[in-house]
Amino acid sequence: MRRLLWAVVLLIVLSMVTFSIFYLVPRLGGATPETLAARYVGRAATAETVHLTAEKLGLLDPVIVQYWHWLKGIFVGASYDYGSGVEHCPAPCLGYSFITKQPVWPELLDRAPVTISLVVGASIIWLIAGVSIGVISALRRGTVFDRGAMGVALAGVSLPIFFTGLVSLAFFSYRLGITAPGGTFVPFSQNPALWAYSLLLPWITLAFLFSAQYARLTRAGMLETMSEDYIRTARAKGLPERMVILKHALRGALTPVLTIFGLDVGLLLGGAILTEKTFSLNGLGKYAYDGIVSGDLPKILGVTLVAGFFVIMANLIVDLLYGVIDPRVRLE
Amino acid sequence: MTTPALRDLVIRHPGQLDKQPFLEVVDLKVHFPTDDGLVKSVDGLSFALDRGRTLGIVGESGSGKSVTSLAVMGLHTRPSSERTRPGAQLSGEIYLDGDELLSKTPEYVRSLRGKRMAMIFQDPLSAMNPYHTVGQQIIEAYRIHNPVNKKVARKHAIDMLGRVGIPEPSRRIESYPHQFSGGMRQRAMIAMSLSCDPDLLIADEPTTALDVTVQAQILDLIRDLQSEFNSSVVLITHDLGVVAELADDVLVMYAGRAMEYGSAEQLFNRPAHPYTWGLLGSIPRFDRVGAERLLAIKGTPPSLINVPSGCPFHPRCGYAARNGGLSEDVRPELAPVEPGHTVACHLSPTEREQIWEHEIAPKL
Repeated sequence: MRRLLWAVVLLIVLSMVTFSIFYLVPRLGGATPETLAARYVGRAATAETVHLTAEKLGLLDPVIVQYWHWLKGIFVGASYDYGSGVEHCPAPCLGYSFITKQPVWPELLDRAPVTISLVVGASIIWLIAGVSIGVISALRRGTVFDRGAMGVALAGVSLPIFFTGLVSLAFFSYRLGITAPGGTFVPFSQNPALWAYSLLLPWITLAFLFSAQYARLTRAGMLETMSEDYIRTARAKGLPERMVILKHALRGALTPVLTIFGLDVGLLLGGAILTEKTFSLNGLGKYAYDGIVSGDLPKILGVTLVAGFFVIMANLIVDLLYGVIDPRVRLE
Repeated sequence: MTTPALRDLVIRHPGQLDKQPFLEVVDLKVHFPTDDGLVKSVDGLSFALDRGRTLGIVGESGSGKSVTSLAVMGLHTRPSSERTRPGAQLSGEIYLDGDELLSKTPEYVRSLRGKRMAMIFQDPLSAMNPYHTVGQQIIEAYRIHNPVNKKVARKHAIDMLGRVGIPEPSRRIESYPHQFSGGMRQRAMIAMSLSCDPDLLIADEPTTALDVTVQAQILDLIRDLQSEFNSSVVLITHDLGVVAELADDVLVMYAGRAMEYGSAEQLFNRPAHPYTWGLLGSIPRFDRVGAERLLAIKGTPPSLINVPSGCPFHPRCGYAARNGGLSEDVRPELAPVEPGHTVACHLSPTEREQIWEHEIAPKL
């Protein structure tokens, strides 16, 4: 319960910090409320209309007031009056893009399924692949398998996704034609089979990058746990080796993996920018990328908050899971 | 002095034995190949143990006590072709109730572990899995070897916890190891190892990690349970006090070899090896007046890669010079000094007796 409260507090602090940054950065770059407002009025606007627009949009208000308006918008919605018309942004209004003249929230909702599909699929693949490779490597330390797997893992960690992604797209999708070309996405609700088919290559590419790291982490964890005294005890009881590993070693070895897993999934849910861009998937990451390219601050602000929300939630879940996995951290 | 023939076993004489000892180790060698050379942790060790008796194995750290016990339990990683890191190289014979274990498959030895032979470890906190309740760990130990359902196993586990003196066993069975005190944990560990009623219990420094008052309780418990279960106990320790408390027979180890082997009575009253004298001299005594310094054995245990030639103890031995370099060049074999009492030392019986009577005994 206390952790839940902390998560909420953290989220509020996060929104404040992000908002201030997005408020401050343009001003540090020399922008005034007028120059900001000038982007939203016609080209032939007089200085007076620009000032009026800035006032109506609340750009002249102090940062706290602006933050308050923005925060209020999340719960009750907001309307933006920029001279030539009034735009409504219904609750929850996470911001309003004056460039596309669209509220941010519905667009985020629209794109979230793409990112979630990508991340959930990939994370399952990398967790299974990484952990099993790591476990086998640890148990067969020094064998050809171990060396080969760890070599590939090193390559996997080192190769950026825009390299592996483009190479595999070129090879598997365009030359062999066995996977979907870039930019394909079929919602799960429409056709689960096509959904999986369309995401297969992004999943594998993203999972390759991460499973490499997970294999190394699992291997290290396994090697450490296997040398624990309680593993010797389990063997001394006459437990078959398979059960020693599954019942006694794996749990200890996977605790550090779980921490990283929570963080990684949380982070990626906020937008797997490189993967989405490489495979032209219209997810949150691509949305943020578009926002960055066009200088559309509300978009970036929106994605940042959603990403922060996911990271905080992921951490909260990991914290709670810790209690389930390790009785020593369980609250009395 | 109940099994004099057994203790004379340097080489086995099957014809002389009308009864097979329960545990018999013959010329055991455990070597570990490392980058620096071959570590000879145990190098030609023989001993025997009868049902219902306790053998104390004493020696400094690194003398091969634990390596021996792990060899009996079959817990060493054996060399395998696919590993680049080699495991332990074992040779010799280990008989458990007439069954030679080193020639058996790992799977066969595994089926005996926990059921016919069990082990208690030094630090019960690290030796118990922190992720499982004490109950789960005892139930698991019982169910590997007994085809019973969880309910029966649980009842048995509660019963075992009660027998090792844990109050409210039906409640404490749900506790995790970290919720137990050190002494309770060791009791639970004992309950776990005895859950399948093993014939052989190996206790590897069972009281070292515990404070002194708890030590005594645990030793009492082991003694009581031993007579109750009629199991043989191998007690590994560096604490001669613990040996005096529990052991019927004592094996003194140094650099992976037996230095002296006899009944506890013989070893404490008529110790024959200079190393044993050293061990006895380094026990603090509270019945002595004044701030007498302990008689420490000078030097440090030898490297097990380059074990000293001749008698491995000769560089640290105060009497090695007495026999014209014999100790430096020739490895002494275990030889009887009296029935059931053997020693590996080049001192002649008269020399030994003289040194003991005039130099050692008065100081102890």
